[in-house]
Amino acid sequence: MSDVAKVLDCSGMLCPMPVVKTRKAMKEIEVGEVLEMISTDPGSMPDMQAWAKQTGHELLSATDEGNNVFRFLIKKTH
Amino acid sequence: MADKQKRLALVASRGTLDWAYPPFILASAAAAMDWEVGVFFTFYGLPLLKKEIDAKVSPLGNPAMPMKMPFGSEGFQNIEWPMPNLLMANIPGFESMATGLMKKMFKNKGVATVEEMREACIDMDVRLIGCQMTMDVFGFSKDDFIEEAEVAGAAAFLAFAAEAEVNMFI
Repeated sequence: MSDVAKVLDCSGMLCPMPVVKTRKAMKEIEVGEVLEMISTDPGSMPDMQAWAKQTGHELLSATDEGNNVFRFLIKKTH
Repeated sequence: MADKQKRLALVASRGTLDWAYPPFILASAAAAMDWEVGVFFTFYGLPLLKKEIDAKVSPLGNPAMPMKMPFGSEGFQNIEWPMPNLLMANIPGFESMATGLMKKMFKNKGVATVEEMREACIDMDVRLIGCQMTMDVFGFSKDDFIEEAEVAGAAAFLAFAAEAEVNMFI
């Protein structure tokens, strides 16, 4: 598991706020560092994959933890 | 950046509360993916650039709008209330009530307000462009709008849209 530089809790937020907050949080970490994002919006699963593909950041993992909790690890690549 | 920066060009032509959301949702999601985004606010969409957004919603003549209550037990909240047009058209304050209920429901479910989404768009450098012609017709001046708003005409917007990968009219 990579070291997490920052944790972003998007619990309770609906589309599009998780990706909006993720973008902002990514600006606050350095290239090579990892952001952990937690969401309760099931739409975040497809959205974060699309977001990573579009931005070019690396989605290290996307986990469904059950009870509508989703956890993402994203590595800043640029 | 994965590839060349993508561009989204949106036309926002409607200004009721329900229709105020889609342009700001799409614009902020695209900007969050590092796309370049411009939204052209025209006709009834133009008031969404006002300093205070006073968008309302009416279920009258809008049969697809679910009329549900944002409070009470889950069973109560899931009831769809039949609202005959005759009733909606004759009760004073029905639209402000419906607007209040929609705002409350959105808030309860965790949807950001239109103002918050517009603020997010501004933070991410989304271009918010007011239609000059609509301003002239409806009597708006640049001072009525947030200072981040630009003003342009159809030709200027089309020149921006011509270079966009994604174009939408809302």
